[in-house]
Amino acid sequence: MSPSLDFDRVTVDEVSRHFGRRRAVSRVSFVAPRGSVIGLLGPNGAGKSTLLAMLATLLRPSGGSIRYGTIQAAGAPPELRGRIGVLGHDLFLYPELTARENLAFFAGLYGRRDADDAARVALTRAGLADRGDDLVSGFSRGMRQRVALERALIHEPRLALLDEPFTGLDESSTRALVTRLQGLRESGAAIVLATHDLDVADGLLDEAIFLREGRMVDSLSRPEGLRAAYRRAMTGPSRS
Amino acid sequence: MIRVAWLILRKDLTVEVRSKEIVYTTLFFAVSCVLVFAFALVREGRGPEDGAAGILWIAVMFAGNLALGRTFERERQSETLRALLLAPASRPAVYVGKLLGILVLLFGAELLLVPLVALLFQARLLSHPFWLTAIMTTGTVGFAAVGTLFAAMLVRARSRDVMLPILLYPMTIPVMIGGVRGTVALLQSPPDTASVTMWIGLLVCMDVVFVTIALWTFEPLMTE
Repeated sequence: MSPSLDFDRVTVDEVSRHFGRRRAVSRVSFVAPRGSVIGLLGPNGAGKSTLLAMLATLLRPSGGSIRYGTIQAAGAPPELRGRIGVLGHDLFLYPELTARENLAFFAGLYGRRDADDAARVALTRAGLADRGDDLVSGFSRGMRQRVALERALIHEPRLALLDEPFTGLDESSTRALVTRLQGLRESGAAIVLATHDLDVADGLLDEAIFLREGRMVDSLSRPEGLRAAYRRAMTGPSRS
Repeated sequence: MIRVAWLILRKDLTVEVRSKEIVYTTLFFAVSCVLVFAFALVREGRGPEDGAAGILWIAVMFAGNLALGRTFERERQSETLRALLLAPASRPAVYVGKLLGILVLLFGAELLLVPLVALLFQARLLSHPFWLTAIMTTGTVGFAAVGTLFAAMLVRARSRDVMLPILLYPMTIPVMIGGVRGTVALLQSPPDTASVTMWIGLLVCMDVVFVTIALWTFEPLMTE
């Protein structure tokens, strides 16, 4: 991976995205520096997933810009995607393949020469070392979620984009995921996650971005009492 | 590009070897198609003159449509196509990987279909294996090149099962004509090798055009 494609922050500047006449995201701005966890919070249809898709380079903004360090998203080389890890609402796993095969496939796709070793390490991190050769179709939702998270992080991305990462996880798996995300933050990655799970997000986030109907209605640094802040943001007037 | 295309091809073949879903459905459909035409058209062991060429290509294209739809349906179910597009490889490499997977499946189907058509229609398809291989390969590549692009484009469309043949067949009419006419020329006694060569040349030109356009448009089409 080219070192020139490394970045120390992601800057979202007045980003909008329209689908025809529908405005999915409207003039949202924030910065995700290295070693931070940014939470996108809002009800269904608030624009969280669209924003993540734009950050992942899957969608082009209709207006505004996204910069990875000094690199503009528009016209960025494909190698930039090697610095980004995405855990979608869908898990991006092949159910007909084993967990090990899935992880090795994606490690190879992301250019890891040691794909089999990377898959072994990822399985251990997911707590599924003994289930690595089982087909993913036989896994519970929580187990799939753990494999999917390791798939998203297998290339040690600089920016991790996580859409509802706590869905389907039991309490111990949720705790393990929070610990994993804290470790990722300490390793210098920027994490942007969209979640409805305010209790889990409380204390984890360095910044909370509140979205409503595609607009950024509020943001809080080091938020505490997230549920009350969320209620205020969703019922109060729009900031923009 | 080659490494990524190979990884995707290997993954697709592993998935297919495990499920055998596309192989079974495609072969069942193609063989049924050939049998129906054989029951309807073959009299006293002989089919209509040149009929074998048309029926062979109809079976290949119907089977191809089915294989294309199912291959991309798999990528849609867990949104894995998105994961492929997120990889730091050039997106045309993803296209090439998927195209190669489709080609392997279609060539496999043709290995069964050609002898079956030759047997049921008493056609001399296997008398000139080199020319036949050239016609089948060039025709199949052209069809699959367009089909892979359209199937990928339609993967998130609600009416993709209806839209794929509606878009695919009109666009691939030149390939169908080239494949059928080339095969008809091959079935003449003696084979009309000048015509066979001309049709193969035209099919190669169409393959180059279709693959080039697909490689060129895949990235912008899949980004939005």
